Amino acid sequence: MASRSKKSASLGSFLVELAVYAVFVFAYFFLVLHFLGGWIKHVFDQNKTLYAFVALALIIAQGVGLEMLTTGLLRIIRSRES
Amino acid sequence: MDFLISGTHINPVYLIVIGFIVGICGGFFGVGGSFLAGPALFAFGVPMNFVVGTDLAHIVGKSIVAAKKHRVLGNVDIKLGLIMAAATVFGVETGAQIIQQLKRHNNVDLVVAIAFVIVLIGISSFIAWECWQTLKMGKKESTAKGKPRRDHSAIAYIAKNFQRFHLPPMISLPSSGIKQISLWTILIVSYIGGVFSGFLGGGAGYIRMPAMVYILGVPTHIAVGTDLFEVMISASYGTFTHALKGNVDILIALVMHTGAAIGAQIGATLTQYFHGVRIRLAFVPLPLLGAGLIIYSLITGHHFK
Repeated sequence: MASRSKKSASLGSFLVELAVYAVFVFAYFFLVLHFLGGWIKHVFDQNKTLYAFVALALIIAQGVGLEMLTTGLLRIIRSRES
Repeated sequence: MDFLISGTHINPVYLIVIGFIVGICGGFFGVGGSFLAGPALFAFGVPMNFVVGTDLAHIVGKSIVAAKKHRVLGNVDIKLGLIMAAATVFGVETGAQIIQQLKRHNNVDLVVAIAFVIVLIGISSFIAWECWQTLKMGKKESTAKGKPRRDHSAIAYIAKNFQRFHLPPMISLPSSGIKQISLWTILIVSYIGGVFSGFLGGGAGYIRMPAMVYILGVPTHIAVGTDLFEVMISASYGTFTHALKGNVDILIALVMHTGAAIGAQIGATLTQYFHGVRIRLAFVPLPLLGAGLIIYSLITGHHFK
């Protein structure tokens, strides 16, 4: 019984995390990708070396950034549960 | 949403969903998920040279974080990872050069698609066969000695045979529990994985992971962590070299990665409920699904947008 309530609590916290994460991703699309798209295409057409550096830097930054975001969200939700 | 670099129009929700599924696979099976991401991008109408480069870019974001986590858990053999990364980089460049040659002859889509289908069906068949053998062995063990081991393989003897191969220089890998192995075995395994990575995209974990476990004899949890560490270096190189050659649509990779980041957490949690041969068995239909997507797109020319 206790493990069932523990499981439903973790499912609940996951759903809350998913909802908050979805809001962040939605904002990210419209604020960052929308404005970044034109500039990146320009760099791609003009200078492939710069584009390669920018592409690598962007995916690394997003990887680290999203990891921090999801970890932070989980920590906040779990600390509120306990 | 228009992705101007690759000249494609794709609903970003599709990309997030694919990233999410691939993220679950990464967390659950310990592989990058290019066996699904690549075929899905092709099915969305992305040209094959962009599929390869973009999939590599999307892997970078995931592998950096995952490798860091595995390093903390002590699952990374740095010595093995660095040796493998050096050889993989050469393999990735070979694969990227093959893509360039195919681009010049205007048949990159067809050739890479057929190669993808052959590799995916081969992986699925091999894992199904290995699981069947392992389950048969487990049944025999359980009737002879009681309970079977949780994580075992019917073809573990192959690694022992490769470790007996004495071509100098011989090295030891204490972190992986390997007393002696020829450096050449590691370099050849890594180079072949690199060629697949540069030619088909992604981290080629579907080739390297079984090779590390069955050929080099690395324990599975060390193989997962070391593979991620090695992929972090080789996929970064792959992204860079493919971006220089104009094969990376970084915006597609960024959108896919937003789904993958959350999917990876779910996948990692799911591993608590399954183990060993059951995880490998659950993996069997996924490459077939990827192969089916490619065959469908090739035959009908229809793309999901």
